[in-house]
Amino acid sequence: MRRLATALISLAAFLVAWKVLTVVTGTPDYILPAPEVVGERALRAIGSGLLWEHTSVTLTEILLGLAVGAATAIAVGTALGKSVVVERVLSPYIVAAQSVPILALAPLLDIWFGGGLLARVLICALIVFFPIAIATMVGIRAADPLLVEMFRSLGATPGQRTTRLEIPSALPVIFGGLRVGVTLAVIGAVVAEWAGASSGLGVLINIADQGLFDTPLMFVALATLAIIGIGLHGLVVSVERRLVVHP
Amino acid sequence: MTVEAMIQASRAPMPVGLPVRLDEVSVRFPSAAGPLEALRGLTLDIPAGSLTVIIGPNGCGKSTLLRLIAGLLQPAEGSVQIGEGVGAEPRAGDGRVGLAFQQPRLVPWLTILDNVALPLTFKLVSHAPLVAARPGSLPADVGMKLLRRTPADVARTLAQAALDRVGLTDAAKLRPSELSGGMAQRAGIARALITDPPILLLDEPFSALDALTREGFDGELQRLWMDRPQTVVLVTHSVSEAVRMADRIVVMTARPGAVARVIPVDLPRPRPATLTGDQTAAGIDAATRAALAEVHPPELTPWVDR
Repeated sequence: MRRLATALISLAAFLVAWKVLTVVTGTPDYILPAPEVVGERALRAIGSGLLWEHTSVTLTEILLGLAVGAATAIAVGTALGKSVVVERVLSPYIVAAQSVPILALAPLLDIWFGGGLLARVLICALIVFFPIAIATMVGIRAADPLLVEMFRSLGATPGQRTTRLEIPSALPVIFGGLRVGVTLAVIGAVVAEWAGASSGLGVLINIADQGLFDTPLMFVALATLAIIGIGLHGLVVSVERRLVVHP
Repeated sequence: MTVEAMIQASRAPMPVGLPVRLDEVSVRFPSAAGPLEALRGLTLDIPAGSLTVIIGPNGCGKSTLLRLIAGLLQPAEGSVQIGEGVGAEPRAGDGRVGLAFQQPRLVPWLTILDNVALPLTFKLVSHAPLVAARPGSLPADVGMKLLRRTPADVARTLAQAALDRVGLTDAAKLRPSELSGGMAQRAGIARALITDPPILLLDEPFSALDALTREGFDGELQRLWMDRPQTVVLVTHSVSEAVRMADRIVVMTARPGAVARVIPVDLPRPRPATLTGDQTAAGIDAATRAALAEVHPPELTPWVDR
């Protein structure tokens, strides 16, 4: 309850500061619309179904991209953590893929995978992959060697050691990677839509900016992306609290 | 495994204790200053069903010796054998050895019950008949439940019985961080006992217990061993505990560790918590202390006038 109250007070303070800024500077709405103008535009976009039409597309891309990216990253990160050979073989490619700007890779993936949902999910998964894979690798390697020896002495198979010791003990670090990954997934979805899509919040931002000069609608799309990011981050934190037992 | 197969397996003769032989064993660990020799040319025969106590100065390789017998470590030279014939070399986790570590090494996110049940969940099929084959080791109804319940239930039933034996009945649902040091050590012992292994290695298992609880546990361990003489190897720093528990006391030299003396302890059992007034016990105690004083490195005993 106290957490919710703190969040509401913080939001109210932000809106007041925003309103004061627009009044004091006298900035016109097409550059910096006042909060009530954005609110009114949001209500219209919700009423007409425009906002949900684009949000549902982006949300689908984010959730699928996150699922594919996180699952692959945890599997690859585990392999990297357990085998120096796998790390030596895969690391250069993983680092290279992460070093190339996703903005440059997105059009290429869009061409390769036909410009549909699959391409956008893959772009999203790619941006999510790196922090979670690295976090998993670090977490797996940080498993307490005394516990690893104890598992050996009790006859645990290598698979049992991985699933029942190394991954559970890596969970706090993996969730750290997931927290970063979930916010990157939002960025990945927008970048993917900019590379080639007909709907989605990224597309809506483009339409509002270049087609309609509807700055309040741009703010509505940006706020929606922020809300999705905050919501998913909160979801990850909540799952982490349930799964991770802190000694 | 079918119920019939489990019954059949439970009728198979199982060794209560196995002999252990270490022959000219050396162990070296890599270190920044070059290889560190932990054991050098150690030879020791541990008879099946004996209770052997290992004692020696800090860092003399007592824990290393136990890890060799448990198959967690390979000797640089020499050989280690458990039992006789083919396949006598130790293999970690093959069920022949139970090891209670110096630190209890409990999994922090599991309850105490699940920690103790852990070995059974790894190898339930091979362990369940083994436990059933020793009807005296557990309450009578547990053996029957073994044949009726699902594996997870069996493991938990046996774990609860093991916790009862070490006086942790009410701690089953707690997590390791909620236990005192002594309680955690008792949980570690329960986990080592649960598979009823032919060889039980105890690395200073009672060091975190207060004196009276420790004496109580020594008595309980002695009683369990007299009922069913597994081969027990107990590492301790306490001379009085060594005399109270051992068939024979093995005194090790300072690093690199080797056997300095083997002192037989020919005292009737069951032995009381204190052996004050017993002339034979006093003699063994004095002989052990003298042997320890001989092997103690001078840098660890600056107060001794040499």
